[in-house]
This record gives sequence, C-alpha cells and structure tokens, in this order.
Amino acid sequence: MSSTLDIVQRHEQAYLQEGIPDFRAGDTVKVHVKVVEGSKQRIQIFEGVVIARRGGGTRETFTVRKMSGSIGVERIFPLNSPSIDKIEVVRHGKVRRAKLYYLRELRGKAARIQERRV
Amino acid sequence: MNGILGKKIGMTQVYKDDGQAVPVTVIQAGPCVVVQRKTSEADGYDAVQIGLVEGPRNAEGKLVPKAPNNVNSPRRGHFKKAGVAPTYQLAEFHVEGDSEVQAGDEIDVSIFEEDSYIDVVGTSKGKGFQGVMKRHGFGGGRASHGSSFHRAPGSIGQSAYPSRVFPGIKLPGQMGNKRITTKNLQIVKVDTDENLLFIKGAVPGARNSYVQIRPAKNG
Repeated sequence: MSSTLDIVQRHEQAYLQEGIPDFRAGDTVKVHVKVVEGSKQRIQIFEGVVIARRGGGTRETFTVRKMSGSIGVERIFPLNSPSIDKIEVVRHGKVRRAKLYYLRELRGKAARIQERRV
Repeated sequence: MNGILGKKIGMTQVYKDDGQAVPVTVIQAGPCVVVQRKTSEADGYDAVQIGLVEGPRNAEGKLVPKAPNNVNSPRRGHFKKAGVAPTYQLAEFHVEGDSEVQAGDEIDVSIFEEDSYIDVVGTSKGKGFQGVMKRHGFGGGRASHGSSFHRAPGSIGQSAYPSRVFPGIKLPGQMGNKRITTKNLQIVKVDTDENLLFIKGAVPGARNSYVQIRPAKNG
C-alpha cells in the first residue's frame, strides 16, 4: 500500500541525475553548464561559493555566488537539470549556516570561508 | 473514446531533453469501466457513462480494485446490469453514435497521446465566503491616513435611474468549490503501466480530488 505522494516520488526517480558530488553550503564548486549557441553546443564553467541548497526531489536547486570584478553574481541551478554537464567540488568550506546570504553584505577579506578538512 | 475519469495525485517537475524544467500535474487516470452506453434512440443523446476503478496499491505498486461497501439498491442494480463491480465515481462523456463501445468495456490512459492537448474538469479548492478584494481582485482603499474605506466593494450602481442593482454585479460570496474547466493543457507523458498522465501546468482541485479529462475542444 503506497500513498499518492509515493507515486510522485517514484516517478521523479527517472529525472534524477547520477554522479552529483556531495556538496553543501560553503563549498566552492565549478559548474559545467551546457550552452547552446545556434546549432553548436559548448561548455561554460561557472565557479563560485555555494550559498544555498533548497527543495527536494527533481525540484532541488542550489545557488552559486561569485565575484565578477567588484560585482557579485549569483546563479541558481536546478540540481538535476540535464543542462548541467558536471559539478566539480573545488574546496570544502567550514560554515555554521545552511544559507550563507550574509556573504552578500561582505567584501574581500571578510567574505573568506575557512577550509574544511574532509 | 472521448474522456476518462481520474484522481489528482500531486504536482512535480520534470526536465525536457534541452534542460528546460516543466511543471507537471500527475493524474491517476483510470482504469475505468463503461457502466452504460446511452444511445439517441433510448436516451435522446449519445454518451458513455464510465466509472473509475479505485483501490489501494500492493507492494509492487499495482492497483487492487476495491468496490464501495454501501451501494444503494437502485445503483447496485445499475452496475449489475452492466456486469461490472460498483465504483465510487461516475461520469458521462459524449461519443459518436456509431461508436462500438459497450457496457463492461475497460478504458485506460492509452486513449491519450503524448503532446496532445486536453481539457481537465475538476472542483476547485473551496475558499469560503470571500470579499471582493480576494474574490474579484478589487483594489480596495487605503489602510491608514484617515481612510474609512478599506476592503468594501464601493458603489454598486446609480440612484434614481435605474433604481436597482443590475444582475451580475461583482459582490462578496462563496469562492471556489465550484466546477472549473482548465482548457488546452498539454500531455507531457503517458504511463500506461500505472495509468498515469503527466499534464503540463496546474489542474483544479486538491490532491486526491476527482477530475474528468477529455480531448481539448479547441485544439
């Protein structure tokens, strides 16, 4: 006997990507995104600090923040999107929050994150 | 066949090959049994009456049909005539006069194709007795700065002429819990094993509520 939401969860399995590394807020990641330009497809890399992960199942997303010059850039990626080629964890960070929205207020030295030994 | 009965399971999100996320509603559509075939000779119009076969699922996710315990005797006779087990829900769909559907036939989701368009009929979630701001989207007045006009409907007509309120004026009242048809929704996926339809977008009603699904009228 299974409830109705089990049906949804079971069918979400088909859309979950394999080989997603284990990462959390505070980690620095390189996201390889497939970009389609006309008929050509190439890989673009977006590197930055993961400041949030939210949602579950096929709806899970993560937010990556990087400093482009002096301007902060954030991108929200669906974790299971087929347009993500791969995710590389560059560095594990030691943080005490699940959501690092406070980083938006900080610049330079203050915005550093201590490394976490794994 | 021109439609099927279903039960809303819930919503989720799936991805297309190009990476686009599509919001979908999952509907358990059928299996259904034909309980009565109405003909223009006998009933004045052509239709089929179908019932939704329901029941718990076993460990493998397969449906174990369960009939209601308390069926009143006129209805029990109606099902007996068709030679099918009683069902909780019945609905009628139009068919062409020369259709060969008969009572006792089974209908499942295979009548629908992926990427085709459908209309979904359901009962919307009840919101209770609501004012004009929520029910009709009126603007309302200011909250402060001496205002005494907050959420009231305002004027509903003129005085000496016409001296009455025109019918159809938007006023407070019951909102929701009403039959709603959502038109031209796209079928993203058909699962014939478990009789599931994945429909792009939202459909009326809460989870576990019953819906009628039929091909889009204005395809």
